[in-house]
Amino acid sequence: MTPEPQRHFHEELSHLKQRLLAISSEAEDAVGLAVDALLTRDREKARAVIRGDHAIDVLETGIEEQGFQLIALHQPMAKDLRLLFSAIRIVNDLERVGDHAVNIAQSAERLIDHPQIVPEPEVVEMARLARQMLADALSAFVRGDAPLARDVCRRDDAVDALNDSVYRILLTHMMEDPRVIGAGMELLLVSRNLERVADLATNVAEDVVFLVEGKTIKHHAEDGRAE
Amino acid sequence: MVTAAVPRLAVERLTAWYGDAAGIRDVNLAFEANRVSALIGPSGCGKSTLLRCLNRMHELVPDARVEGRVLLDGHDIYAPGVNPIAVRRTVGMVFQKPTPFPTMSIAENVAAGLKVGPPVSRSERDAVVERALRRAALWDEVKDRLHHSPLALSGGQQQRLCVARSIAPEPEVLLLDEPTASLDPLGAARIEELVHELKREFTVVIVTHNLQQAARVSDVTSFFYLGALIETGPTAQLFTAPVQPQTEAYITGRFG
Repeated sequence: MTPEPQRHFHEELSHLKQRLLAISSEAEDAVGLAVDALLTRDREKARAVIRGDHAIDVLETGIEEQGFQLIALHQPMAKDLRLLFSAIRIVNDLERVGDHAVNIAQSAERLIDHPQIVPEPEVVEMARLARQMLADALSAFVRGDAPLARDVCRRDDAVDALNDSVYRILLTHMMEDPRVIGAGMELLLVSRNLERVADLATNVAEDVVFLVEGKTIKHHAEDGRAE
Repeated sequence: MVTAAVPRLAVERLTAWYGDAAGIRDVNLAFEANRVSALIGPSGCGKSTLLRCLNRMHELVPDARVEGRVLLDGHDIYAPGVNPIAVRRTVGMVFQKPTPFPTMSIAENVAAGLKVGPPVSRSERDAVVERALRRAALWDEVKDRLHHSPLALSGGQQQRLCVARSIAPEPEVLLLDEPTASLDPLGAARIEELVHELKREFTVVIVTHNLQQAARVSDVTSFFYLGALIETGPTAQLFTAPVQPQTEAYITGRFG
């Protein structure tokens, strides 16, 4: 058996994976910093998130271009094809995560001008869960760990449930005291953005299952299948 | 449209020997009617050996013999009393390099296979030649020079002439052994397009080293390695999510 006829191509694939990890840590950090800015009422951190989004966009474009070129020039098959196809989708999702971090940072900035209101512990918990989902989805990607990816998908329900709670709690506050409506609306937006980050982490995890097993589990495709 | 998936050709426990060495070992595989089946694998994996067993050409090699059965519409082509020449009329073959008969005209080349069967009249022969050339997508290019030498044709045209020659006797199965290996990309693309047309009427088995070609033209792909059939499956599945690790390693260029 001769070794690796397509070594050059596979080195390029490793490089692409490295870049994907870089954008994922940028996106994950952005969410963390945005939530931190919200909790500590720190305008400088919020601005850092907003400024940093450009770097994520640049990484996204670069990875997309590299993936597109590798498909065109090497006509990959099987796992290599699934890797490139999912990498392009994942990078899009990560760029969207960056956008949600910016939304949260913008809310954080506006909240600084509002009278002090304490974000609900549910919001803090959502942020923790969403970031963990994102981190785990990416380690599942790196390690080719489909069980971990499936676990990430299952955790999305917990974030959705928290989002519903936050909505009900904030609605109650706002009805009781109309002075907090402005701040309450901002926190609703934050909650909504965190819920979307968890959705995007779920998308990434679904792509990891596709990459590892060649199976589509999106849109509950696995439900009802006798396994 | 492809309807029921009937195995037109089936290979059962087939082992093909070259002296003491087995070129393929204990292969079981079915080829469905009106489908294109691709055989892939690294050089020496046995894919061309299997192809040559399907029309009894393997036995033309000195010291070569075959064990097992090859069933064409349920009848073993290796059964006693079966005439290999008749088999080759029903199971036609096109080779890697275009092989027009140089001393014959284009029309005579196409009609060459008819000499094996019952006699045909001049007008019948002309009709068969035209029909075969049309189905091989060559008619418009050669209709004004049917009585000229085929050697003036391009490589791609010569290969389509060989396809026309193979299909003129109305075979059931068409075997293509790396049919585009010696052609330029445009010539290869024409042959691939032709394969899509041919499967309406024939069962096609193609051996190719070009994985992208197998992916483009075939409905079913079978991967061979060291004389063994490793995996067979729908082409779209085999090239996106193969089941066997050896298939995965080969089609992603990790060995071969």
